[in-house]
Amino acid sequence: MSGLLSRRTLAVAAILAGLVYPFVVPNDYFVYVMALAYIYAIAALGLNLMLGYTGHLNLAHAAFMAIGAYTVGILTVDYGVPYWIAFLLAGVNAAALGFVAGIISLRLKHHYFSIFTLCIGIIVWLVIEKWDGLTHGVVGIMGIPAPTGIGPIRFDTTLAQYYLILAMLALALVVMDRIVHSLTGRAFMAIRNGEPLAEALGVPLMRTKVLSFVISVAYAGFAGALYAGFVRFLGPSIAAETNAFDMIAFILVGGLGTLSGPVIGAIMLTWATQSLQFLQDYRLLVFGPLLILLVMFMPKGIIGTLKARQAREAGERASAARREQAEADASADGRKAPAHA
Amino acid sequence: MSLFFQQVLNGLTLGSVYSLVALGLTLVYGILHIPNFSHGALFMAGAYAAFFASTALGANYWVALVFAAVVTAGIAVLSERLVFSRLRDKPPLHDMIAAIGLLLLIEAIAQAIWGADFHRLREPYPGIWQWLRINAGLVMPIQRGIIIAGAVVLMIALHLFLTRTTTGATIIAMAQNREGASLVGIDLTRVSMITFAISGALAAVAAVLFVPISLIFPAMGNLVILKAFVIIILGGMGSVPGAILGGMVIGLVESFGAFYVSTDMKDVIAFAALVLILSLRPEGLFPGYAR
Repeated sequence: MSGLLSRRTLAVAAILAGLVYPFVVPNDYFVYVMALAYIYAIAALGLNLMLGYTGHLNLAHAAFMAIGAYTVGILTVDYGVPYWIAFLLAGVNAAALGFVAGIISLRLKHHYFSIFTLCIGIIVWLVIEKWDGLTHGVVGIMGIPAPTGIGPIRFDTTLAQYYLILAMLALALVVMDRIVHSLTGRAFMAIRNGEPLAEALGVPLMRTKVLSFVISVAYAGFAGALYAGFVRFLGPSIAAETNAFDMIAFILVGGLGTLSGPVIGAIMLTWATQSLQFLQDYRLLVFGPLLILLVMFMPKGIIGTLKARQAREAGERASAARREQAEADASADGRKAPAHA
Repeated sequence: MSLFFQQVLNGLTLGSVYSLVALGLTLVYGILHIPNFSHGALFMAGAYAAFFASTALGANYWVALVFAAVVTAGIAVLSERLVFSRLRDKPPLHDMIAAIGLLLLIEAIAQAIWGADFHRLREPYPGIWQWLRINAGLVMPIQRGIIIAGAVVLMIALHLFLTRTTTGATIIAMAQNREGASLVGIDLTRVSMITFAISGALAAVAAVLFVPISLIFPAMGNLVILKAFVIIILGGMGSVPGAILGGMVIGLVESFGAFYVSTDMKDVIAFAALVLILSLRPEGLFPGYAR
């Protein structure tokens, strides 16, 4: 019970921190970078559902983010569709394409699945780059409109967009929380822990995996839609597999298969890369070894490690309590024993 | 008709390069049981090593080739010792992520040293093969001949090594059954190191053969490695003949696709072929080989 309470307190504290953040930083640049980190956090949340909870490494995740972003870009710029309709369609489009990709790719076992999704990612990237007529090719899409206002609230400043994105992130977290704590969420984890066992327990493998995949890429699609409205320029590089690698790093740093891990990882690594600005293109010089060292020495990430320590301490407390109980019982028995004899 | 044979020749050239890369990948798969995403970085490292040897050290082409093979084999062995051997008992996901980390690291190092610009390695024997042009009307640059011949020689050498020597037999044994091989006294560490060395050397040779007719840049390995993945899925993960055959098939498909369909889409064709084949046959074309 106290665990639940502290969880809620932490969540409220995090939301409050997010709300006051723009007022404690010196300028808009900090707000801009943080909002970008939130967008990537939403995408990483989706990837974590597939990677951390269902145990499949989907290397096309950045491609689905690109699909969402390009859906918004193309619809708003070339067809004059209002932003929020395009926003919804971005998620729908990513989910629909994800459904098709999922049906095919999820029939494959682990590494086949990863290679296959890597190929899907490359195909999406190449198509975006070569299909000038639809995607504007390497020139990219410019002048994407900011999200239109809802009622009296307008989203034409960085600050307003920051709050919009923060709200979306909170919503994404709440929905993800509901998903992973539902029966379906348990089914995802059962698949991660062992497909034959999950199947034996009556989990319909294919349907559950496809469901996880579709939800996962829908997150990517919505993140892409927010990205398009926020950055307001799109190029093919958003679909590059290095983008998917970045998201994997976010998840690993924060904690694989934890709810808040991807968010914490995205925020920390985004700021780490910002402070490594002087490295410019050599950013990957730090990123690559970081990935390796993390899987070698801290595979559970920050949140995972904290949770494991908490669990260990709770376990020690419980076993200590059990030991005391046993000793008390034993001494009680000891007192009784002579009476029996 | 000669146009047709021209495409066959081009396809065989590409196929030879792909096969060599895929061979290394498939051998390492036998040891690691995961796709080594960093293999493409070895291909790139081989090209840069040869570039370094021929420009900074003034070595001739063949010396540069050997130098590149040795250096890249060293990098591959280092990656096995420092990273993969330490992750042996961890879930396969960890190996895959570590491999991605290695890929990013090696690529970043190359970019830090040589920059993102394109470099060239001069053709050791410029010009075309006159005999073929006069007798068959085919244009075959000598370098393409060297690629095909070099690949064939290496494949035969590898085949003899794997089937006729004890060390080769231990590699195959390890790929077939790690526990069984360890039980009969095969040293896993030694076999892993040899396999990684061979795979690195093969990638480097493939790169050095290929770069005189292409370019050297930090991301040059990415598309090649992806195609090598396609190949080993088609040919069966861990299968040596599958890697060779698959490489040739993809090389030919690409060269015909570029000629008869569209040059722009030639890179998409290989992946589209994979998506199509895996959609119809999730177990690959030669499921017997796949483990």
